[in-house]
Amino acid sequence: MKARDSRAISRRTALAAGGALIVHFALGARAARGSPGAPRSPASPAPADRGGAGAAGFGGPGRAGRAESDLPGSLRRFPMLDSWLRIDTSGAITLFTGKAELGQGIETALVQIAAEELAVAPASITIVTADTSRTPDEGFTAGSHSMQDSGTAILNAAAQAREILLGLAARRWRLPPEALRVEGGIVTARSGRRIGYGTLVAAQTLHVRAEPHSHLTEPGRHRLIGVSMPRLDIPAKLTGEAIYVQDLKLSGMVHARIVRPPSYGAQLLSVETEAVRRLPGVIEIVRDGSYLAVVAAREYQAIAAMEALARAARWREQAELPDRAKIFGELASWPSNEIDLASDRSSGSRGPSAPAIRTLQAEYRRPYLMHASIGPSCAVARFEAGGLTVWTHSQGVYPLRRALAELLQLPEDRVHCIHAQGSGCYGHNGADDAAADAALIARAVPGRAVRVQWMRADEHLWEPYGPAMLARVRGALDAGGHIASWDYEVWSNTHSTRPGGAGNLMPAWFLEHSLAPHPPHPIPLPEGGGDRNALPLYRIPRLGARYHFIPQMPLRVSALRSLGAHLNVFAIESFMEELALAAGVDSIEFRLRHLEDPRAVDVIRAAAKRFGWTGRARTRGVGHGFAFARYKNLAAYAAIAIEAQVDSGGRVRVRRAAAAVDCGEAVNPDGVRNQIEGGILQASSWTLKESVAFDRRHITSRDWASYPILRFEDVPDSIEVVVADRPGQPFLGLGEAAQGPTAAAIVNAVADAAGVRI
Amino acid sequence: MIELNVNGRSVEIDDDPATPLLYVLRGTLGLNGAKFGCGLGQCGACTVIAGSEAIFSCITPISALAGRRITTLEGLGTRTRPGTVQRAFIEEQAAQCGYCIPGMMMRAQALLERNPAPTDAEIRAALAPHLCRCGSHMRVLRAVRRASRAARAGSAGRSVQP
Repeated sequence: MKARDSRAISRRTALAAGGALIVHFALGARAARGSPGAPRSPASPAPADRGGAGAAGFGGPGRAGRAESDLPGSLRRFPMLDSWLRIDTSGAITLFTGKAELGQGIETALVQIAAEELAVAPASITIVTADTSRTPDEGFTAGSHSMQDSGTAILNAAAQAREILLGLAARRWRLPPEALRVEGGIVTARSGRRIGYGTLVAAQTLHVRAEPHSHLTEPGRHRLIGVSMPRLDIPAKLTGEAIYVQDLKLSGMVHARIVRPPSYGAQLLSVETEAVRRLPGVIEIVRDGSYLAVVAAREYQAIAAMEALARAARWREQAELPDRAKIFGELASWPSNEIDLASDRSSGSRGPSAPAIRTLQAEYRRPYLMHASIGPSCAVARFEAGGLTVWTHSQGVYPLRRALAELLQLPEDRVHCIHAQGSGCYGHNGADDAAADAALIARAVPGRAVRVQWMRADEHLWEPYGPAMLARVRGALDAGGHIASWDYEVWSNTHSTRPGGAGNLMPAWFLEHSLAPHPPHPIPLPEGGGDRNALPLYRIPRLGARYHFIPQMPLRVSALRSLGAHLNVFAIESFMEELALAAGVDSIEFRLRHLEDPRAVDVIRAAAKRFGWTGRARTRGVGHGFAFARYKNLAAYAAIAIEAQVDSGGRVRVRRAAAAVDCGEAVNPDGVRNQIEGGILQASSWTLKESVAFDRRHITSRDWASYPILRFEDVPDSIEVVVADRPGQPFLGLGEAAQGPTAAAIVNAVADAAGVRI
Repeated sequence: MIELNVNGRSVEIDDDPATPLLYVLRGTLGLNGAKFGCGLGQCGACTVIAGSEAIFSCITPISALAGRRITTLEGLGTRTRPGTVQRAFIEEQAAQCGYCIPGMMMRAQALLERNPAPTDAEIRAALAPHLCRCGSHMRVLRAVRRASRAARAGSAGRSVQP
């Protein structure tokens, strides 16, 4: 596996047939609408990867076409309506999204949006998610982007499809479209004449380019958007139907397990395989350099063989991990790239500054944290006829396909990645690596479907962790109790080592012709990586902010829910509390006097009100803390108030939490609450329980005993979430919005209770 | 051959007697309800009921279960005819990824059969062996309380009886 010339890999994309009958509309059937002068989009020069789009075509698979900056959401990259929606002659509707269901409820929200704008029942829609032969390439399901990107695309595509269908009925009946109404997929005239979408679409096409503007349903007439529709996937999950990739059973499927090295970079010196080969059910032992795996007929046979093989393997270890006790001091001393974050927002640009009368400084730290999925990673792969099919819970089927094609030296169009749900991932966990395992092993037993299930220690020891981080803040107050200046520094590794290239797939590091991870790059603001949310939303006259991006990665790290926003919001919101105390002002009042954005003010007031902040009772050993952030300074607003109890032994328990969130128009308010509740509990666990343990050679957090997380005994008595009502406002990603504010609110509450900060 | 009674049906199992029940349920019998989480009895995702007791199926060999009545998530009901606990969890939308939830539902079923009106502290204590990473805990607690109320109003029985 040398000669990895990526140029040799075909960029063509299979135009595999989607299941739905492709319906056709005449391109000219639709009156021009939208902003005057908007591009009418003559067919863009078809890049090679759009292949035969046109006669056969649909805009489904393939890389982005030309970016159309005036189109909303992911329509920019996939402007054809039939990339998103297809309707067959029976009226059955298929909805396509490049985003994946991760347990966040995205399938349900997208179906609600499509059903709303198409004026049909949700049950008449079948949704197809992330699949490299069927859906648009929307990259990773990450960064709280699904509603902003895919949700916005589907909202507009569905509204435009409905208008096209109405227009067709109007032409057929020679009536003005305004004289028609549509309900349940049936267009009705005042005379009572009715016609269904299925009849209208015959011999026509939705293969038309989206317009920049859509006739969206007025928010006041919404039937589905804004309604807490029950999640579509929950009944299957709670009755034991086969819904997870772990449940997939293909004909003749066999089971594999990997013998992982004892530490990063270890080399397999020798392994005695003969005895293992004779164990019951063993089909194959796969060895490629230091990569070692076993295939067996039944799952527990594979586990028994893996354990025997592990005992028979001899390794040379070489990892050198930092001294965990001194990690934060070391972090600040490692070589780093310096990135100035505030150069365009510095002195004078944010209002007049008065002389400083008091200066404070503080340091904030975050240890390495795990994704710690409850179900270890899993994948199923089949290699046959020179092609590979992989069922995976990866967050990005298209990037994974590119990486697997490089790993196996296959043309991209010979690799088909299909998303199937897994255990919640919360970022880049072992999903992609498990897919690489399945691919490598499937190639060794061609024709057979291979299911690879990681063991618990595989996930704990080999997943990429959320990186350890350090922040230092120095701030000054003026005589009027306002912030006069603010200087912020943050140290961090990258927050993304996703594939990318095959070198970012961990199994590739151990092959005889091994691949090295790609050099890390910082993710620029406004998204940001270690610097996500490093700039406060507050009005500060003199602002300095610097990101020390550390390329050296002794522990494997990557994207963990909210990336650097977890530490940065924790630091900013903890320091705001310090400044408020120093200024002698209530911490909420102090925040409000530095905020201009009315939506920020609204969520802060709403959380304070729900919590009962004003006039709250003071009890010994019980403290109250508050925090606020707008995720990435451009997505959802979240404010959280926490009541925490500190017992005489210093043990902290969150007793209650009240949060308010503004995510623009909330499509499914209960889905929003579920995400925020979950975010609060997960971030509580990170803050109060978690830190990846390691010695100078090994990760030592290998199971739930050595990496404890939140348990039922730790869970608050109540969590309340107020969801702002913002009809018609753009969707703002919210899935990660609670992580930073929760950490700060807890620590502020503990400080309040105990008079100490942690 | 080991004979097991699973969800009211008697089945002959030719797996090695040392095989933990989880792999037999998921592999040999095609029952997906119990999940592999840790294989160590530390997370609860694999929980099923043996007799009247919630057990970790990932560390219980089938040789220890001959003659005991085993109930899995599938034994509580189906999508169209969900059991009391299933209905309560669905009504409370007590899941995100949902991977850990079936184990908790089996624990709740065993609790409610033993103690139809548990206090909140008793519910938390019963669920102590279970981990959830998505943070669905508040909803799970609500769902168990709802199931308790519903069971007392109607019947908490498993829908599949031998």
